[in-house]
Amino acid sequence: MNTKAKSSETDHTPDTSKLLFTSADWDFETLKSTYDAIEDIAMNELKLDVYPNQVEVITSEQMLDAYSSIGMPLMYHHWSFGKRFVRDDVMYRKGYQGLAYEIVINSNPCISYVMEENTIVMQALVIAHAAFGHNHFFKNNYLFKQWTDAEGILDYLQFAKGYIAKCEDRFGFEAVERVLDAAHALMEQGVNRYSHPEKPNLAVELERERERAKYEDETYNDLWRTLPQPDQGDQDMDELKRKMRIEERRAQFGLPEENLLYFLEKNAPSLQAWEREIIRIVRNIGQYFYPQKQTKMMNEGCACYVHYAIMNSLYDKGLISEGAMMEFIDYHSRVVFQAEYDDPRYSGFNPYALGFAMMQDIHRICVDPTDEDRKWFPDIAGNNEPVETLKEAWAHYRDESFILQFLSPKLMRDMRMFMIDDQSTSPHLEVAAIHDDNGYRKVRRSLARMHDISVREPDMQVVDVDIRGNRQLYIQHTEHEGIRLEKSDAQMTLGYIGQLWGYGVTLQAVDYESGEILHEMNYTPEDLMGN
Amino acid sequence: MPMLYIVDRRKNPTGKSLGNRQRFMRRAKAQIKKAVEDTIRSRGITDITSGDQVTIPGKTLKEPSFHHAGRGGNRNYVLPGNKKFVQGDRIARPNGGDGGTGGSQASPDGDGEDDFQFTLTRDEFLDVFFEDLELPDLLKKSLKQTTAFRNARAGFSVEGTPANLSLVRTMRNSLARRIGLKRPKTAEVRELEEKITALQAKAEKRPNGTLTKADEDTLHGLLADLEEAKRRMKAIPFIDPIDTRYNQFQQIPDPNTQAVMFCLMDVSGSMSEQMKELAKRFFMLLHLFLHRRYEHVEVVFIRHTSRASEVDEETFFYSRETGGTIVSTALEEMKKVLVDRYPTDQWNIYAAQASDGDNYSNDGVKCTTLLAEDLLPKCQYYAYIEITDEREAEIFAAAEGETALWKAYAPLAKDNPRFALKRVTKAADIFPVFRELFAKNRTEARV
Repeated sequence: MNTKAKSSETDHTPDTSKLLFTSADWDFETLKSTYDAIEDIAMNELKLDVYPNQVEVITSEQMLDAYSSIGMPLMYHHWSFGKRFVRDDVMYRKGYQGLAYEIVINSNPCISYVMEENTIVMQALVIAHAAFGHNHFFKNNYLFKQWTDAEGILDYLQFAKGYIAKCEDRFGFEAVERVLDAAHALMEQGVNRYSHPEKPNLAVELERERERAKYEDETYNDLWRTLPQPDQGDQDMDELKRKMRIEERRAQFGLPEENLLYFLEKNAPSLQAWEREIIRIVRNIGQYFYPQKQTKMMNEGCACYVHYAIMNSLYDKGLISEGAMMEFIDYHSRVVFQAEYDDPRYSGFNPYALGFAMMQDIHRICVDPTDEDRKWFPDIAGNNEPVETLKEAWAHYRDESFILQFLSPKLMRDMRMFMIDDQSTSPHLEVAAIHDDNGYRKVRRSLARMHDISVREPDMQVVDVDIRGNRQLYIQHTEHEGIRLEKSDAQMTLGYIGQLWGYGVTLQAVDYESGEILHEMNYTPEDLMGN
Repeated sequence: MPMLYIVDRRKNPTGKSLGNRQRFMRRAKAQIKKAVEDTIRSRGITDITSGDQVTIPGKTLKEPSFHHAGRGGNRNYVLPGNKKFVQGDRIARPNGGDGGTGGSQASPDGDGEDDFQFTLTRDEFLDVFFEDLELPDLLKKSLKQTTAFRNARAGFSVEGTPANLSLVRTMRNSLARRIGLKRPKTAEVRELEEKITALQAKAEKRPNGTLTKADEDTLHGLLADLEEAKRRMKAIPFIDPIDTRYNQFQQIPDPNTQAVMFCLMDVSGSMSEQMKELAKRFFMLLHLFLHRRYEHVEVVFIRHTSRASEVDEETFFYSRETGGTIVSTALEEMKKVLVDRYPTDQWNIYAAQASDGDNYSNDGVKCTTLLAEDLLPKCQYYAYIEITDEREAEIFAAAEGETALWKAYAPLAKDNPRFALKRVTKAADIFPVFRELFAKNRTEARV
């Protein structure tokens, strides 16, 4: 940061005629001309590849609105969004918490929200950060390409919102809320982690919804109601088939299945068609956000790198004043601040800080490598193509693999990273590695694992279902390293599964290494039958 | 090249999450209700109407999910900012809180179980506050064939009284007609006249008193124009009867939405400040409640000792008075005010009387007669609140301690659904008693 600011200071004459803006206020004209200048740098210097941009100016109240609906401009109604809204509202009004400067949606065109209260410098920063940084990342990262459909997301949300509102009209708030609550609880277990999902397409979705309803109407026959209940007496047959059945039904239901919501949507015996559709909606939205969770640090790092490069370039060209640059540096340094572990402000790694530091570090390795860098990163050290190298990384990595590949010893030293080994049986924590030759690889591996969503989130699977018997559903949590589920939450969530499934559910914790069942948790449907 | 669209969304309706908020309120209803009632108990009555900050327990709004427990098991993590540690150092486990150990797993979305604080709007607050309550006989039965009317604008008409003339409409029509018919403007006429005068002046200056041939022609032309203009002005009036438009009003039947509330209170020496405070709370609740239902609520304060008088609020609650207690004087006063100022066909009448139950021993019959014959038939509702000292209440509880007034009123309440009596001993009783008096099912029970 210093070198850059200094070098430009000397040749920066106070020629105010070129300045894009001179006061802190903005209007649509300056916004446009600023955007154009930023676009010029982004497209011609950084050569980014972005979706068309749509910048929307909103008030702080609207920002709170968007905030509470998980950042989406369109969202169905649910009390939990209301809860988030009142909480954020109180925090904001009391001044405990600022609002985000921007929200950006992974859609085509890429929508960025900016607040009217922002100064023009802030608007420039936000445009550079969101409309070009995030936008490029969304369009090029392999996870987003593979899992999300930027073209269709807004249409799909529109459909979801309308569908859920229609269900509320037809079946009542309570009934819809019951399904949504349960589905939300399982949202994290509602994503396909490995197989490629088909992209949701509005027309197809509508068609499928219509067919479901049609099928229901067509196959309705009042006669079924009058049939006598079947006897429970065929014991012999049962005995004969029992052993085969377990394997058979596992195959029939495609078990084990890690996507709990998908399993429930397809197989829960007593759900109505509309309830399945709502589960599907929650599942699709969860899937849409899945890449964002895996690339949070990179995505922010990319956006910060881009805004930093663009703002410096604007300054170097004499398009923004020194005062504006100072204001920018103030915002920037607040965004990329990393508290140390013993600081009361510490709450884990700041994805902006770590991301920005890594991007800058890669830039440095490409342009000005040390011998150590040459040894660690022979492929990229000194290739003098920092932006190309970064774009390559942005496209093909996620947080975990990115750290594993690119975290350099210098950065570990700079941030003074150290690794703690926490064995619950030991009364002490042990420093397992620090930023030295012995520790670099260990620290790096551990930090990468911290960013691995499959390590962070529990490993849950549907393993069996007694479909012809009492319909008990068996869910398995594979425990790694003795890390358990948070118990009261797990019990409540199990209740939600039971609600959707309609019959008993058993949650078994199984040790990853030995395969033995460690403990069990049960949900019995009586709670449900009671009301 | 990427295209740019800048969209100004600031004018979009805000409060998009109103639906979410309502759903949230419904979800947290029980907790919010409790919080509101707690607030009422602890707070001065006067500021009851401002919305309020309520705090509800966080865990009732929990959104559970499967996630790892914060501690236990074997884990490792990386922290920034090493100062002095080297590999192999042992650190005492930080106790309490997740100190620096939480890493990214401590809390899934930073959403702990902290108590949840937020602000209710005034309307939300009152909705919760008065839920399940309703006014007995909300509107007078006789008023269902409404006698009161209200004038409402109903567009324009071509006829009407001059008082209702709509100047703007009339002038607009007039202007259009004048332009359409090419009525000369006054300014044009004046211009013509000036030109003529100028020419005539020119002629006078010349030695022979005549104009040149050209000027002569112009003058004739001008004179002809002037004559024509004047003729047109006369023929085309400035305002024609066809221009006039009148504001039209329609009589809209207006249901009776005004109420008067009588507050009667014994202020004799036997009523302590504390007892008056209790009475005040009850009156304020009733006032608030009436305000929810009626556009316009008037309050009449009548205090009494052995004499009764109508006073202002300040005097009513805070000035002291000595003397005996004759309740019927207050009832007489109320009757007088009713007759003078509040005809029953225009006002919904509510009354609340607060007293410690003392009364002059021969007065009971007079009170009952007054109430039964004059007041109750006119009132929508009459509530009698007897305030007793907490200690006294304990003493008398065993002895079936009925006060003079209670004894007199009790038989009346039995067969008159518009009359209710209740005892209150402490502030916490006020709200439950109030609720009891106005609970919805009361109405059903009565029918």
